[in-house]
Amino acid sequence: MRVLGIIPLLLGISLISFAVINLSPGGFMATQVQMSQKISPSSIERMRKLYGLDAPVHVRYLNWLKRLARFDLGESFLDGRPVKKAIASALPATILLQGVSLILVLLISLPLGAQQALRHGSGFDRGILVGTLASYSTPTFWLGPVLMLVLGVNLGWLPISGIQSPNYSEFSMWGRFLDRSAHLALPVGVMVIHDLAFFTRYMRGSLLEVIRQEYVTVARAKGLPEKTVLFKHAMRNALLPFITIMGMALPGLLGGGFIIETIFAWPGMGRLAYSSATSFDYPVIMGILLMSSFLTIIGNLLADMLYALVDPRVRIGGGQ
Amino acid sequence: MSGRKFWIFWGTLILLLLVSCSLFGPFLTQDPSRPDLFARLLAPSFSHPFGTDELGRDVLSRLMSGGRISLAVAVSVVLMAGGLGIVIGAVSGYWGGRLDSFLMRTVDVMNCIPTYFLILSLVVVLGPSLFNVVLILGLTSWTGMARLVRAEILSLREREFVMAARASGIPAWRIIFRHILPNLSTTILVASALLAGDAILIESGLSFLGLGVQPPTASWGNLLTSGHEYLQMAWWLIFFPGFAIFLAVASFNLLAEGLRDILDPRIRSGA
Repeated sequence: MRVLGIIPLLLGISLISFAVINLSPGGFMATQVQMSQKISPSSIERMRKLYGLDAPVHVRYLNWLKRLARFDLGESFLDGRPVKKAIASALPATILLQGVSLILVLLISLPLGAQQALRHGSGFDRGILVGTLASYSTPTFWLGPVLMLVLGVNLGWLPISGIQSPNYSEFSMWGRFLDRSAHLALPVGVMVIHDLAFFTRYMRGSLLEVIRQEYVTVARAKGLPEKTVLFKHAMRNALLPFITIMGMALPGLLGGGFIIETIFAWPGMGRLAYSSATSFDYPVIMGILLMSSFLTIIGNLLADMLYALVDPRVRIGGGQ
Repeated sequence: MSGRKFWIFWGTLILLLLVSCSLFGPFLTQDPSRPDLFARLLAPSFSHPFGTDELGRDVLSRLMSGGRISLAVAVSVVLMAGGLGIVIGAVSGYWGGRLDSFLMRTVDVMNCIPTYFLILSLVVVLGPSLFNVVLILGLTSWTGMARLVRAEILSLREREFVMAARASGIPAWRIIFRHILPNLSTTILVASALLAGDAILIESGLSFLGLGVQPPTASWGNLLTSGHEYLQMAWWLIFFPGFAIFLAVASFNLLAEGLRDILDPRIRSGA
């Protein structure tokens, strides 16, 4: 059931992407030819064919869809690399950066939000609220360079950019791990500080909602120890929405790191998107748009299925 | 001070301060784009409270004229995205049916596309400029408001006062704007404040990377760009614009926090 539901989503995304490409006055080939003298007539011809630029709009759209169905995203204007390959080589770096950040964010924000809910209305609660509000309001492109200057340049504790040292391949296993962790520290730190607010706030709200439920009162009334009430009864249901929230946060996770990746020269999707945007590399930026949306849909689908699996109140297509 | 008043007081105070500095500041200080090559990269002092930049321009005056741009972008984005979201959400929720499911599928599709990548590709296609930044942010950030307004209208449209209005033959658009939407004013204000904060963050991020407001027009974001280049020599170039962005975003979020408290008194954020 749900799997069929993604077909209209995919069509919608392809329509929006196609509309974006065709927004460009005079077609994007015109801009490309103006912007880059290096592009050869033969590759212009190839691109024209690939996008079928002389056909009417609906024919062009259908042809483009056919190509997409075969996962043919075209080639980069800059280096002629297939867009698929460019994205595939950038994706692991983004997954590493976002994965580590997300784990840290959850490790910090879930207990923090839970504590806030339990001490609801206290000075602690309000202090954390003000703190998360401030961390959310801090621009990453401000905090990043400042931390880079202080921790990287002045104190020399951490490498300021990139994903590994030039002599990475000479290191031992342990050395590689340390090197990678050191390079991760600054971008992950900035990202965690920024993303903390959202998850902390959500956890607080979710637990506040749950501990008002009658079954929690019942659990308390029958004399269960507070710990059991919290961890066995309340927490389970308070954490459930996080499955959906993760699915919803996915597009933000894929794209939201683009400023951080650019500042720290982290070779992921975000930096690829930025560099292809500044060099007018349309096939790459469109490929990123399509692929990241596609990944988001898959992620949401998985989140839905997982939710149905763990929460018996929601069963997909459940005939009640 | 109770929680709600605390948030709204500080949010309003900071915002008023920033707005009045941006509105009236440029009349009081020197020309923000006048270079003075004998006064390059001066540290903060009495004559230049926030120092000078690499061309000897006064950072305070550039900050204040940049504030006009950044705040104007925020207001325009809220008007555009908020307006779009309210109209789409209202139409969707009030009439329902096929139009509703079409519009809500569109929202679903928009929510699957990573906003930053959509914004980036639109910047590439349309070109970076002040006008395009507003247009692009407006077109990409209306979905939250639309969903919110739709959900509220769905529950309000079955209420008696709406039925009564309908029975007395009042046209639908009038029922929506005169009878239903006023009930949503707080919800809409909260969403607008959050929109404004995010708009400032995204606009300044884009401008910082050279994809938004273009120099010589100053915005808080592109002031940071030169600050980034002179990071080691002149901390004041990056500190003050960044702090201005922080204050603006924080003030909008404080307002949203206080207003949300009014909406949902069950979840008080602090006594």
